[in-house]
Amino acid sequence: MKYVKQLAVIMAVSFAGELLNRILPLPVPGSVYGLVILFLCLTFGLIKLEQVEETGTFLVKIMPVLFIGPCVSLMTIAGDMADQIVPVLAVCLVSTIIVMAVTGLVSQAVLDRKARKEEKSHE
Amino acid sequence: MNEWLQGNLYFGFFLALGTYWIGLTLQKRFPYTIFNPLLISSVLSAAFLLVFHIDYETFDAGASHITYFLTPCTVCLAIPMYKQIRVLKKNLAAILAGIGSGCLAAALSIWGLCALLSLDGEIYHSLQPKSVTTAIAMGISEELGGNSGITVAAVVVTGIVGAMLAKAVCRLFRIKNPVAIGLACGNSAHAIGTSRALEFGELEGAMSSLAVVAAGIVTVVLAPLFAGLIP
Repeated sequence: MKYVKQLAVIMAVSFAGELLNRILPLPVPGSVYGLVILFLCLTFGLIKLEQVEETGTFLVKIMPVLFIGPCVSLMTIAGDMADQIVPVLAVCLVSTIIVMAVTGLVSQAVLDRKARKEEKSHE
Repeated sequence: MNEWLQGNLYFGFFLALGTYWIGLTLQKRFPYTIFNPLLISSVLSAAFLLVFHIDYETFDAGASHITYFLTPCTVCLAIPMYKQIRVLKKNLAAILAGIGSGCLAAALSIWGLCALLSLDGEIYHSLQPKSVTTAIAMGISEELGGNSGITVAAVVVTGIVGAMLAKAVCRLFRIKNPVAIGLACGNSAHAIGTSRALEFGELEGAMSSLAVVAAGIVTVVLAPLFAGLIP
């Protein structure tokens, strides 16, 4: 029964998320509204971790399997896209390196500054 | 063979899961990033359909039922994030600054590169959310009018590229702080980057999984602002 209850909670949050996607005029997927709702409910104790944990962890673990369908759907448009494959791969490669470097450097700079401040206050 | 399988919902379901199983086995045997189970499963499924002349629709009738779980699965990403709440609070400033600037860099670089290579609007909208986790990326792509197939493929390629280059990029830019390494992996290469970050260490892995969700949420806000740049 535990799993039925957990699934019910998760489905209720998903339902609320999709509802918000319909009501609010923002280009935010219902799933992300749901994610934020569940995170806030957990943080403020409205939903306890035990009420979602096992089923939720299972769903997170099986996630890659959900993308097989959309990935295979590429075969239906592969013909039309053939000459754009190389530029698309180039965009993926270059922007991934840029994002990685920027994220790492900025967060490292913030952390270093914080560490130096703490060191000073210790002296 | 196609008529024979049409209307059998479990064919697509089984083909997707069975090939994923093969992918998992191969990854265990050959522990390289390129042996990604999702990649292997998609290639094998597509090859099976082509070889036996089965329509994509016949496959999708079953496989789409798996994708139906996308929303509840994405919702549950809140659970690992909640479990990391202590690390989140402790490094809040670095996380916000790193993720914010990284997502901005993603949006700008994808726009710049797409404009430079004169890619059309549909592809641009499909690529814009490619640095974030597939579930959120697909949602954003659909909201922007992109093609979710292209988005999923770009997300997987990005993840694999990010995981393969993580060490070299961190060395090149002298990123040594474990928190920064974790954020960099998660923000650029989502879940695949996180599995790589875990190889660096536990703290890197925790920061990376946090970055995946945070980047997803920030990109939900950023991507629509940049979407109009290429109509």
